[in-house]
Amino acid sequence: MADNIWIIGATMTKFGRYPDKDSVDLASETALGALADAGATIGDMQSLSVGCLLEASNMLGQHLQKQIGQTGIPVFNVANACATGATAVRTAMLSIKAGEADMALAVGVEQMGKMGLLGPAGRERAKPTGFERSGRYGTVMPVEGVLGTQLMPGVFAQAGMEYASHHDGVGFEQFAKVAEKNHAHSTLNPLAQYQKAFSLEEVMGATMIAYPNTLLMCCPTGDGSAAVVLCSDKKLKTLDPDVRRRAVKISASVLTSDPYVESDTGQPDVSTLTKQAAKTAYEQAGVGPADLDLVELHDCFATAELIHYENLSLCEPGGAGDFIDRRGPWRDGQTPVNVSGGLISKGHPIGATGVANLYEVATHLRGEAGDRQIEGAKVGLTHVIGLGSACAVHILEKAAS
Amino acid sequence: MLYGGVSGADPTAGGAAKHDTDVTHVNGRTNVRQMGETKQMSVVDYLVLGDEPHLEANACTSCGALFFDRRNACAKCGKQSFEKRALSNSGIVRSYTIIHRAAPNVAVPYVSSVIELDGGGVVKGNLLEAGSDPEKIELGMKVKMTTFGCGVDEEGTEAVAFGFVPA
Ligand SMILES: [Zn+2]
Repeated sequence: MADNIWIIGATMTKFGRYPDKDSVDLASETALGALADAGATIGDMQSLSVGCLLEASNMLGQHLQKQIGQTGIPVFNVANACATGATAVRTAMLSIKAGEADMALAVGVEQMGKMGLLGPAGRERAKPTGFERSGRYGTVMPVEGVLGTQLMPGVFAQAGMEYASHHDGVGFEQFAKVAEKNHAHSTLNPLAQYQKAFSLEEVMGATMIAYPNTLLMCCPTGDGSAAVVLCSDKKLKTLDPDVRRRAVKISASVLTSDPYVESDTGQPDVSTLTKQAAKTAYEQAGVGPADLDLVELHDCFATAELIHYENLSLCEPGGAGDFIDRRGPWRDGQTPVNVSGGLISKGHPIGATGVANLYEVATHLRGEAGDRQIEGAKVGLTHVIGLGSACAVHILEKAAS
Repeated sequence: MLYGGVSGADPTAGGAAKHDTDVTHVNGRTNVRQMGETKQMSVVDYLVLGDEPHLEANACTSCGALFFDRRNACAKCGKQSFEKRALSNSGIVRSYTIIHRAAPNVAVPYVSSVIELDGGGVVKGNLLEAGSDPEKIELGMKVKMTTFGCGVDEEGTEAVAFGFVPA
């Protein structure tokens, strides 16, 4: 296809805690890193997209420009829950597809600090004064814990348990095996927030957060950034042979939101929009799940990863429990999933996540992933989902050369 | 919503509110009522108190889709006409989780569940009187709705919430 779009530069910070840096520092580091990787400068970019959930309303992209180069190009400040980073990349792609740019920079970043697993909702609130109805549900007081939970660990636990209710052979142990795998994978990734393996017994025996998710089955909060430089087909042909050799093709880029389902009133549906995104992405790229050499999917909780095996068609319908039981998603299995360690161990600075998984897959396709390299990787898929909901799926392919 | 609000109440406290005495309908939709000396208010608009507490949905008159929040138009078909529909007090457990970590003023463990109501409607609520042992909570089990006091404001008004108990 003549209108392919390519990743020619990619980088990420190690995910973790950077109390002495702000989001502009982290974003500058990866923006400059990705530009250098592409053999380009900020002067070559005709579009900049910056994804940051907590600071998108703060003109973060322009603050970044003031550190790396104010060239007057359009800036998009993007927020889309946990799909923020992937949406920023897509915005950059659309600028190229629309013919407004032939090279574009997309940066994802988040500086979360130690906000804790439950976020601001984990703190105690004042006792109620006079009851008065407010909001779209006419609520008279906070109802978290009164009318069930809407915090992430519980919501994703419920999503996993709903899958378990329909499929035999899926339970606590299968969910725990997902986390055992991702922690094991992370020991090979120097960019992961944590790099420590845990036995299945240790995963299952860890502090229970929201059954069946224990602490070791939940992603941590953290800080970090990732960035990619994109270019058009036409532009790529004019670049250095070494840049062309390392270029990675974006064969599919799909963004979905959740179509109406009856159960929305009780529980967000994270599956339907993921299935639709995957189906469209496979069609766009002209590849199938069997062609994938690796997958980086959105394992915010172990329960989420398990249901996405089926949502992304990595296993037979109903076969997610069996897939993990026979080690299908391990790095030496049928389809390696989250060889980076995933969100569970690599970390999840929200805005950075959807760019970092493109970095991860691109690095394998370039053959530059070091100890964790999946040998001979030619095709990979990335997936993120943000509750609300937004889902992005990208399929990347190694240049034919 | 990325992060929800936090309860000021103990979700496991209180059993079903008594429905048999001295009920005064304070407004047309009876989500406020006088119980002897105590004024009660449902914790959310879609819980209707009165002689027979029940959940009430905004039902799309075109396609029948049910919603618990204030509506602008229908998320399923886009039409703008709704009517109130009383939902069943019985249903099944579609999914659940046992919450062990919550804000300091929420008692744990408690069971959050997603309930599919007989005849339509899916709602989230606490599963009460079912313990917190996953071996003993069955997916698909039958439940019925109950109400419980979930907090009292400084004027003495009690907020009443709903939950589900094994049927
Ligand atoms: Zn409708």
